[in-house]
Amino acid sequence: MIKHEQIEKNVGLLIVLTLFVVLWGGLLEIVPLFFQKSTTTPVEGLKAYSAEAVAGREVYLREGCYNCHSQMIRPFRAETERYGHYSVAGEFVYDHPFQWGSKRTGPDLHRVGGRYSDEWQRAHLINPRDVVPESNMPAFAFLANTKAKDSVAADIEGKMGALRMLANLRGLPTYSDAEIKGAKATIGDKTELDVLIVYLQGLGTALKTAN
Amino acid sequence: MSDFVSDFWNLYVIVIVTASILACVVLLIVQGKATFTPGKTMGHVWDENLEEYNNPMPRWWTWMFVITVVFAFVYLALYPGLGNFKGMLGWTSVGQHKIEVDKMNAVVKPLFDKYLAMDLKAVAGDKQANEMGKRMYLTYCMQCHGADARGSKGFPNLTDSDWLYGGEPEQIKETLNNGRMGVMPPHAQLGADTIKDLANFVRSLSGLPNDSVRAAKGKEAFASTGCLGCHGAEGTGMHALGAPNLTDKVWLYGSSEATIIETITNGRQNKMPAWKEFLGDAKIHLLSAYVLSLSQGAK
Repeated sequence: MIKHEQIEKNVGLLIVLTLFVVLWGGLLEIVPLFFQKSTTTPVEGLKAYSAEAVAGREVYLREGCYNCHSQMIRPFRAETERYGHYSVAGEFVYDHPFQWGSKRTGPDLHRVGGRYSDEWQRAHLINPRDVVPESNMPAFAFLANTKAKDSVAADIEGKMGALRMLANLRGLPTYSDAEIKGAKATIGDKTELDVLIVYLQGLGTALKTAN
Repeated sequence: MSDFVSDFWNLYVIVIVTASILACVVLLIVQGKATFTPGKTMGHVWDENLEEYNNPMPRWWTWMFVITVVFAFVYLALYPGLGNFKGMLGWTSVGQHKIEVDKMNAVVKPLFDKYLAMDLKAVAGDKQANEMGKRMYLTYCMQCHGADARGSKGFPNLTDSDWLYGGEPEQIKETLNNGRMGVMPPHAQLGADTIKDLANFVRSLSGLPNDSVRAAKGKEAFASTGCLGCHGAEGTGMHALGAPNLTDKVWLYGSSEATIIETITNGRQNKMPAWKEFLGDAKIHLLSAYVLSLSQGAK
């Protein structure tokens, strides 16, 4: 039997044993999730993000929107009443990485798609206080100054290719060659603000149930 | 129906969970049998004089481990955790949500039904209905129309008596249910000069200061370029299309000459989203009544 002292004096062994203990929990908490239908099957009607939405999502990540906005409606009446149907795992199969977030300074955004008009999203992102005077969200007017193809969509083919690879690994419907090749053309001269709005307007729209 | 793709994963979870708990029990028993000599140290010295005694764990601490083991078995018997086993309580997070919703529905549904059966105008005059409507307004509508319902640039003020799509109870309800799509087409092709004439004419309609020569030319252009198709020969607008009345003092995007020129040149479009699917009849009814009540004082 290994003596306490041997472990304490042998850093390599200590690391291996520590890793073993830490990973043991993961065997139960993480591994089975890859083999559950509810977490791996997309909900009906869910589609991979369009080229514009992929670019918009990059803006969402870059600006750290997840620091203040979650995308996870919990199954509590107070939340489903306000935001709509609670989030289900099958809605996130195309999210790499997912944007569930862990803090709400602003509201949850999982079902914000279609909730407001494009014009509202534009006015609100340019200066939130123009439409909601009480808001403490920063203004993102500068997003209108950069074309998506010069920043977030500069390597859109590469990003969509990576997403396609991940979808293929799991046997999910994904982009065709033509869609990836045409991505730049679809995005065209749209600004970062435009593509972000496309992304937001698509959020959570696959699952619609009156509460 | 199992949520796992194969039965292997059911066994996998059961075996690891049970083995882990049993390993804890074995560890407790083994450690409980160890003998200790009081006052004897572990035999090593760190940092010149740091030594540690080899004493048993305090009794209360040992019992706490025993309690966690017992807790684990009780928990796994009652709640889902062991593979496909659903637990004796049959608890699910979705089920808990349903209980919560049903409990509240039992309270509010009679109220919803009562108001749904009433005429919108009568509901608009009901104090309790207005309080309910206001709560919903502040949850679903204030983002665009403002907490005070006075709107902002591009988002209509609901407290006045001016209506783009009509202020009759049925029209308000239709707006909430199915939304509205307002489009003013761009008219850049008319040329900057004609657009400036038109802007002056539009300002003259509601008595705002204007260049009378330009306004006179604008009046002709208003008829000849088709503005009256939507805004009417008198400029009083048309509810069916959501074309604003140009003769009143209400401006959705602003009344300055520069803003009107921008509106005519580039056009405007905005959308009121449809709420029928998300909110349902009862809430739409109460909200419509609340919106109706907001403008009643304005007449």
